Amino acid sequence: MATHVTTRAEVQSATTPPTSAPGLSQRLRSAAPMLSFIARRLLSSAVVLIGATFIVYMLLQLSLDPLEDLKTSTAPNKEALIEARTRLLDLDTPWPLRYLGWLGGAAGCVVGQCDLGASWVTNQSVLALLSTAIPSTMKLITASTLLAIVLGIAVGIASALRQYTGFDYGVTFLSFVLYSLPSFWVAVLLKQWGAIGFNDFLRDPTYSPVATIGLAVLAGLIWMALVGGDRRRRAITFVVATAATGALLAYLSLTQWFLAPSLGIVGVAVTGAAIAFAVSTLASSPGNRRALYASLTTAAVGVALYYPLQYAFVNATALLVAGLALVAVGVGLLVGYLFGGADRAQSMRSAAIVGLGVGLLIFVDRVMRVWPAYSNASRINGRPIATIGSQTPNLQGDFWVGSLDTFTHLLLPTIALILISFASYTRYSRASLLEVMNQDYIRTARAKGLSERTVTMRHAFRNALIPLATIVPLDIAALFGGAIITERIFAWSGMGTLFLTGLHNRDADPIMGYFIVVGTMLVLANIVVVFVYAALDPRIRVNA
Amino acid sequence: MTVPTTLVPEDPQHSTLEQSENAIELKEVEGLSQGRIVLRRFVRHRGAMVAAIVLTLIILLATTSIGWGPIPGWWPHTPQALNDVVNAGGKPTMGFDGGFQVGPHPFGQDNIGRDGFARVMRGTQQSLLIMAIIGLLATTIGIVVGALAGFLRGWIDNLLMRFTDMVITIPVIMVGAILGARFGKAGPVLLGTMLALVTWTTMARLVRGEFMSLREREFVDAARVAGASNSRIMFKHMLPNAMGVIIVNATLLMASAILLETALSYLGFGITAPDVSLGQLINEYQSAFATRPWLFWWPGLFIVSIALCVNFIGDGLRDAFDPRQRRIPSKRKMAKA
Repeated sequence: MATHVTTRAEVQSATTPPTSAPGLSQRLRSAAPMLSFIARRLLSSAVVLIGATFIVYMLLQLSLDPLEDLKTSTAPNKEALIEARTRLLDLDTPWPLRYLGWLGGAAGCVVGQCDLGASWVTNQSVLALLSTAIPSTMKLITASTLLAIVLGIAVGIASALRQYTGFDYGVTFLSFVLYSLPSFWVAVLLKQWGAIGFNDFLRDPTYSPVATIGLAVLAGLIWMALVGGDRRRRAITFVVATAATGALLAYLSLTQWFLAPSLGIVGVAVTGAAIAFAVSTLASSPGNRRALYASLTTAAVGVALYYPLQYAFVNATALLVAGLALVAVGVGLLVGYLFGGADRAQSMRSAAIVGLGVGLLIFVDRVMRVWPAYSNASRINGRPIATIGSQTPNLQGDFWVGSLDTFTHLLLPTIALILISFASYTRYSRASLLEVMNQDYIRTARAKGLSERTVTMRHAFRNALIPLATIVPLDIAALFGGAIITERIFAWSGMGTLFLTGLHNRDADPIMGYFIVVGTMLVLANIVVVFVYAALDPRIRVNA
Repeated sequence: MTVPTTLVPEDPQHSTLEQSENAIELKEVEGLSQGRIVLRRFVRHRGAMVAAIVLTLIILLATTSIGWGPIPGWWPHTPQALNDVVNAGGKPTMGFDGGFQVGPHPFGQDNIGRDGFARVMRGTQQSLLIMAIIGLLATTIGIVVGALAGFLRGWIDNLLMRFTDMVITIPVIMVGAILGARFGKAGPVLLGTMLALVTWTTMARLVRGEFMSLREREFVDAARVAGASNSRIMFKHMLPNAMGVIIVNATLLMASAILLETALSYLGFGITAPDVSLGQLINEYQSAFATRPWLFWWPGLFIVSIALCVNFIGDGLRDAFDPRQRRIPSKRKMAKA
């Protein structure tokens, strides 16, 4: 069995015998059954999707009565109103025939002539509704999905590596609690404490020494459980972590940092160096000093560019920031390439991640700097954390104020969404890593004298990610339509709101439009899963 | 029984530990039936046992306090009766006022004097009832569909699985809301039945997979040679062997069912006023959070407790049914072995 998974994104069909290095001709030969597999898979998915739209249409006809309000109406021209609406919605035609009409319009989407109908209440076409709802939902779920995946996997891995310790039990219990939390309840609590509480706190952003000490001890305990080791090491970890957290909290409180937050060049430098150490430790083999030097150099370059960048940021646009992010990665790759070393790819990879990280720090710092101006703006009036909507109406300001406004609106829904999906990622990655750590090839890796870190990061961790790679696409597709409750509570007008408004108005076409998007995403995600799995795990072959 | 061994270089005692663990495993299951083994393992799972006890207490409290159907309970108030407001603003009377006391309205009252405790108990009853209906019915449908597909294979399998695929493509919360908009007012039994009709898919897939592997086993051949009919083989021989997977997933299904029902009731597409469910209570009282937070706290706490208990029981069951699970034996047991 392979020690770890080849990343060659190539799915060999069962008809071609697997070879260690397939030549070009072989790849071409395997392409034909591959194509036929894709075609058949797409076809059967289309059939499933059409069947599902039929079920939904049927349920909508059974559940929703568009004449409901008129039937109980006391208007003198009641009969005429009913008559008019029946004609408008074509209710005299049996619904299976109306479904065929809808399907014909929807099938036009394949050839670029979409007709998904229109909302009869607002007269807006479903396409127009979708084109505003989809970007809005994507904005909502992107950050939370990424953060939930990264955090969930990190915590799950840490928990698996500390199996049967206090930390592991704590994480397991926490994930069970998160599993059991109703999202609507959490969201209302978040609004109450996260927004209203924090905004109240901002009037006088200092806290008592008791709170400082309590939080510091808590942080110390968490770090102690996380780092583990013998009694002496744990004691040292506890003292250091408690002291560091306490000092940081006291500093933030005494300087009223929350009124005018910023990292400053010192903060960027310290955090950047920490990122450099962490990334090069995790992403390169232990003996590879070059990766560390490359990472530190990249961080230093970032810090050196801190002041020049402030000038570039004056008239910033989203495009410029995205371009700078690419440049940051490019600088990292270049520095890594120049340092080279035994494993050039490792150095480049570490340095690129560090470059992106430091770039992000500088960006965050710049956004933080508009905080006082934003917070004191007349529209905000000292209560910056928003509880509803996706932006403050009529807010004056440049790109930075706009970005900060988006972040303050995204904060609470993002936390709510992370809390929901974090638990499942933790559970999956924990179980997956434990499974992998019991495999024979891990024993082989240890037996040949590799360090525990190399075994974990290069042999176990990568293989443990394979099952997760099959869950992530489905989760993203589900989130696309599944943020119904979160959107409702935070008054975010995305896909979920589109659905709920449609249901409330007994308006079938927008709901069908909602479903065709969500259903297509799910079906496509299912296909992606099959290919990702086959590409990542050479033991799995796609049956052509 | 083989336990996968790991070699941990730092720990030279490890292999002996593995062996003794094996010895313990073998010794403790000697001469016991499968059911007994599972029960023993479950009872030893501390989290699951605590959860089972707490859930039993919640069920008892909810059913006896305000009564169930025609049976009267011991609690003096009813969910809908308007009482005089005791504390200012309807504050809970439960608390430490010179010693712990419950008082006439332990969970407080709302703005028109309805008793919080009675309402939360009524909501718990409804939510538990719907959870049980969904759990039982969806499991049954899932078993039947999955068993037929996995055992008969061929075109029946194809047909059933494509149908399952179709249903699985529709998000549960969406189809639940559509059905709830129509059947929510018709009471918990019909709502639960309708929700069960859309939540059976995962169970069907799991049972199908289990049946596909079971039907290749020798005992199935033996039963067929002995002249057993298809239905007898399916339900007498194979189903008991798939019970572990089924029970575990039925539990997890119930945990998600209560969250589904409360979410729908919260959105207004499940149980609606004047009837009471835990989600409906949160919906009704969320705007009163600033003035009467207790109205909001208690229903939420009950949802979390029930879902948490069911999840823990499911975890305990999974550990109990899955012999590959490894446990660390206590020091005392190690010494005995």
